[in-house]
Amino acid sequence: MNIDIYNKLTILSDSAKYDVACTSSGVDRKGKFGSVGNAAKAGICHSFSADGRCISLLKVLMTNVCVFDCKYCVNRVSNDTKRVTFTPKELAELTINFYRRNYIEGLFLSSGVIKNPNHTIEQMIIALELLRNVYHFNGYIHVKAIPGADNKLITRLGLLADRMSINIELPSQESLKLLAPNKTKESILRPMGLISTKIQENSSDLVKYRHASKFVPAGQSTQIIVGATPDTDHKILTLTEGLYKKYGLKRVFFSAYMPVAENSLLPTIDTKPPLIREHRLYQADWLLRFYGFEAKELLDEQNPNFNLQVDPKCNWALNHLDKFPLEINKASYEMLLRVPGIGVISARRIITARRNGAINFLGLKKIGVVLKRAQYFITCKGKIMDGLKITSDGAIRALMADQYKLPSQYPEQLTLFNEPLITREDVHQCLTGQI
Amino acid sequence: MLDGSDLVYAYDGSFEGLMCCVFESYQCKEIPSIIRPPSVQQTLFDTSKRIETDEHKADRVYNSIPMKISSDAQELVKLGFLTCVQHKELLILHFLRLGFKYGGKVMTMLTDDVVCSLQKAVRHLTFESHKFKGFVRFSIYEEVLVAVIEPKNYVLPLLSPHFCDRYNGERFMIYDKTHNMALIYQSQNAELIFVDELTLPEVEDSELEYRRLWKQFYKTIAIKGRNNPRCRMTLMPKRYWSQMPEFSEKDVPYESNQVAQWCLAETRVETLSKYPT
Repeated sequence: MNIDIYNKLTILSDSAKYDVACTSSGVDRKGKFGSVGNAAKAGICHSFSADGRCISLLKVLMTNVCVFDCKYCVNRVSNDTKRVTFTPKELAELTINFYRRNYIEGLFLSSGVIKNPNHTIEQMIIALELLRNVYHFNGYIHVKAIPGADNKLITRLGLLADRMSINIELPSQESLKLLAPNKTKESILRPMGLISTKIQENSSDLVKYRHASKFVPAGQSTQIIVGATPDTDHKILTLTEGLYKKYGLKRVFFSAYMPVAENSLLPTIDTKPPLIREHRLYQADWLLRFYGFEAKELLDEQNPNFNLQVDPKCNWALNHLDKFPLEINKASYEMLLRVPGIGVISARRIITARRNGAINFLGLKKIGVVLKRAQYFITCKGKIMDGLKITSDGAIRALMADQYKLPSQYPEQLTLFNEPLITREDVHQCLTGQI
Repeated sequence: MLDGSDLVYAYDGSFEGLMCCVFESYQCKEIPSIIRPPSVQQTLFDTSKRIETDEHKADRVYNSIPMKISSDAQELVKLGFLTCVQHKELLILHFLRLGFKYGGKVMTMLTDDVVCSLQKAVRHLTFESHKFKGFVRFSIYEEVLVAVIEPKNYVLPLLSPHFCDRYNGERFMIYDKTHNMALIYQSQNAELIFVDELTLPEVEDSELEYRRLWKQFYKTIAIKGRNNPRCRMTLMPKRYWSQMPEFSEKDVPYESNQVAQWCLAETRVETLSKYPT
């Protein structure tokens, strides 16, 4: 161990940090005698960095050498920066030693493109084979597939990893052409399709042969950059829904665009990342995956972007006031989930608890319902909550608005009974810069 | 039935002892207002009733739970005993009394104060133990993995299966400073023992190297433009930081005493509860 490793780790984790995915979930694997580690389905966070993101995996690039020239990326070939590469042994030693100290749940390996995509994947396979077969590492591995590589190589890589991901990055073909000239929609979607077919084949193999080796048992994920291009939330969310349905993805991650490069095609370097917009997209993503919502219920051509002041579920409820108030003791599980302030857990608890008799507002509070938000939308035994007087749409909207501090150049404070003076476009412009 | 407004039970602090308190409460048709473990000081005019631990009685109560209530309720009671909630003994007693009255239905009475409080306490326990699965930090001393934790709940029995499976070929120890207990695992065998104090030898150079690398990784991986200390604090409150190398100011061992030898002040070996969690 020497200063060399220290520097390599610094450079290669620094350039890997813009990948937001750091989950270690999706697969349960028992420890084996003679090897190190196991995997827990729920995923385990080992630390949280200063930006509040979970650190679960040792997230590094194998190398930051890259022949591609994606305009938004720190590792693009045209960027003048120091280039280094981990040897497979260095990488394996680092992973095992961090893992034994319980610093990490496993390895997240990505890489710049050396020579060509196939050569890069071959190098990654060598590194992972050493880690799995010589160091007997049985923990979690998340690996990045390189767009444009051979099917055979991607299949081999998938047998070594728990999760594989290919980043879409830009939500449309036009944006790709503009900013990532070496990538095409086809080169991204083809391997994605391959992985999803392989996962399906593998699951039927596992039924037939108990010892069939597992192909990415924790599924695949992807990442979309938000705010680098003028693509709307509607477009992003529809794409997300399609990916879940068509390719059976486990997760789609969103990454607020963080300017790292000066380019006339990109927002300026001092642009603030659109963090609230990213947050809204994640909330909507949750609604798609766990709450039974569809993308077209949340956004449409007329309202292509999320309201930054009200969360998507609340927004839906406010636009469908005819469905409320809902009687807690009668409503179906599906409808309970649509009440702001009631989540998956509290909805399940309501169903359980009301078998023993009608629930009142005090009971709801004990169950964990956020009454501050839910009170406008529910009744218990036919009655609205005591002391609740305001029911007009505008008032509810004002009360439900998240107390986000908007940038200081907006002197207007949010008032209780007026519609906010700041329009969606204003905030959008302020956050993303004019494109 | 006596309402027992000033009745105090004193038991030996074990789970079996608590089961005997439940037995006593039914046998004498009384409900104590306090059930006191030995660790709590006796007040001056406290005339407590000493409850002797009798394995036979404990078994009768414990085995009747899955039959009269449900096995989920048994699990809840076992976990409830590990929590740090105030007066957990009384809470468990009241829960069992409700359970013996209403049967399996008690588990769905989520709006009842007793059931709600016990479940909340257990959620706090399982949540904390899940956090510790990630936040435990080992240091390696001559191929032995050693970690120190300061949890609120007694999480070691819950951590044990996870770490024993993960590091099945290793020798390791997790020392719980709050409860003076340690989980020791070697040659495929886990043991929970009582430990008063733990003094560790000075760490090796390779250990310091990896701590340095980890600190550097931790620092580098954060994106400056997204700095959000409040979010971090919510997800990882400061009480966890003390034993994590990424937050230590200097690269010194946790408790730097110039001791070259292992030193384990062990007073008694805790028999692993026969009701494994």
